[in-house]
Amino acid sequence: MKIVVCIKQVPDTTEIKINPVTGTLIRDGVPSIINPDDKSGLEAALTLKEKHGAHVTVITMGPPQADAVLREAMAMGADDAILLTDRKFAGADTLATSHALAAALSKMEWDLIITGRQAIDGDTAQVGPQIAEHLDIPQVSYVQDIDYNESIFTVKKKTEEGYQVLEAEAPLLVTVLSSANKPRYMSVKGIVNAIDKEVKVSGVADIEAEESKMGLKGSPTKVHKAFSKGVKSAGEQFEVEEEEAVGIIISKLKEKFII
Amino acid sequence: MNFELSKKQQLFRQMIRDFAEKEVKPIAAEVDEKEIFPLENVEKMAKLGIMGIPIPSGYGGPGGDNIMYSIAVEELSRVCGTTGVIVSAHTSLCVAPIYEFGNEEQKNRFLPKLCKGEWIGAFGLTEPNAGTDASAQQTTAIEDGDSYILNGSKIFITNAGYAHVYIILAMTDKSAGVKGITAFIVEKETPGFSIGKKELKLGIRGSSTCELIFENCRVPKENLLGKVGGGFSIAMKTLDGGRIGIAAQALGIAQGALDETVKYTKERKQFGRSISQFQNTQFQMADLQTKTEAARLLVRSAAFKKDSGVSYSADAAMAKLFASETAMEVTTKAVQFHGGYGYTREYPVERMMRDAKITEIYEGTSEVQRMVIAAKMYK
Repeated sequence: MKIVVCIKQVPDTTEIKINPVTGTLIRDGVPSIINPDDKSGLEAALTLKEKHGAHVTVITMGPPQADAVLREAMAMGADDAILLTDRKFAGADTLATSHALAAALSKMEWDLIITGRQAIDGDTAQVGPQIAEHLDIPQVSYVQDIDYNESIFTVKKKTEEGYQVLEAEAPLLVTVLSSANKPRYMSVKGIVNAIDKEVKVSGVADIEAEESKMGLKGSPTKVHKAFSKGVKSAGEQFEVEEEEAVGIIISKLKEKFII
Repeated sequence: MNFELSKKQQLFRQMIRDFAEKEVKPIAAEVDEKEIFPLENVEKMAKLGIMGIPIPSGYGGPGGDNIMYSIAVEELSRVCGTTGVIVSAHTSLCVAPIYEFGNEEQKNRFLPKLCKGEWIGAFGLTEPNAGTDASAQQTTAIEDGDSYILNGSKIFITNAGYAHVYIILAMTDKSAGVKGITAFIVEKETPGFSIGKKELKLGIRGSSTCELIFENCRVPKENLLGKVGGGFSIAMKTLDGGRIGIAAQALGIAQGALDETVKYTKERKQFGRSISQFQNTQFQMADLQTKTEAARLLVRSAAFKKDSGVSYSADAAMAKLFASETAMEVTTKAVQFHGGYGYTREYPVERMMRDAKITEIYEGTSEVQRMVIAAKMYK
């Protein structure tokens, strides 16, 4: 089985602070991490590899520094890595990003493509489904669990009401939730080996993508307005039994004259 | 000259800090309070390759380096001094001497299991009457056919009880002084070898510190480490490496206490403002961070020299001396900054202060480090 996992390098939003005067994000000194949903997707791929045998490739589009998340993914157990980097990719919205990734993927072999549900810096949840549409393959989004048996993937998809259990044949694309897996740590040996491995670097020309669909040119999204959410207080938490919880909620609502 | 960690070392620091924060920190207070040896975490660390970082893959290690090893002990100790010393004693005092002084057969027999954490390692030099004067060894090893018969006892042995493999120093020739001391690899099940009293300690309370007892303990000759009479030299060189580990432990404890104090002094309000805004706080904290960073450079420099294969004995002594005394100063002041709360177990700084003290004592007291440093100066 061949699995490709699409990952994104994102700023660790839990570490981001907001400039109280301008209301903008202070990105200086904020560590870059693998997007949590993507890391969970990578864990799903590595688990499938352990159970059924698979070759796991990670791919990302980003600036040259995105090499770091590919090395991290290889230190966790991915077999090889591809970095899509080119000034012509810059300014891409979700559509241009998915066009670039789909172009790169169309030149590769795979049975399963895994993406995270959404990135913590954009929260759109669009790139995964768009890739599947460009490649014209089936997709299952919001995946909580995935297993494989005799060339059939059994996928547990989270819905607002509960779960759907679906079966699908390869080729398939799934978008995975961060709650689906607890990603493993990198191993020391994995780190030592990942540093010496070659990361395949590709630009627009290498993936033979249409330039008009790349980067800012290929991005119809227009940002109307950017603003930071108002700061909420931490709130109160109670760890109590259900019966007691009802009482607490009612008294709190009464306190605030809501009921 | 380059003061940056390599990409590999940076990635490793990211991994070990992640592990320390998620797996070690949450149980550190309980490990201390209930004197629990954190075996489950040792197993997790072994799976990730943390129990033999500088050992090449040919002997079952992950093929890292001593800077990575020092980063591991620093980051673990930043949240839990107990976990730091378990890794340090295992790696520096048992894995390293077998790798550096063992023959091929011994390396192949012991290193893979030690690196994979199937076995934990320990080291026995100190005796009731042989502390700083380590040459006054009273444990004897008498040749008898294909074995040596060991008699005597060792005290204050870290990892004792949980360890399977012990590097033991004993007198094979009393008339030869330090040249009559020989090193042996003693396995847990060896008849005549037993674990004695467990010490109740001020700090690093989750680490196991016990007496070792040898009563006609028959150790096969193939477990002799290095040459007959070469034990003292092995012990001293082993402790040189060990001092990098303990210096890293002290450094980690100091940094951990500083991180806690930054957080606390920002939150704590007195006289209408956070106490971090007082110049007294800022000046003292600046001095403590400067000393901690200086300790870090000494630790990394000693580890770098060990990786480069050049003499690092005085460097390791300076790193340990400075880092341990810095740890004691930082943690004591961290408690002071926390005031009454710092004296309680609600905050981790009192534990860090108790853990810091041992770093001035074991693997050579601060006085021994000064002897080593001065000896090099007046050579």
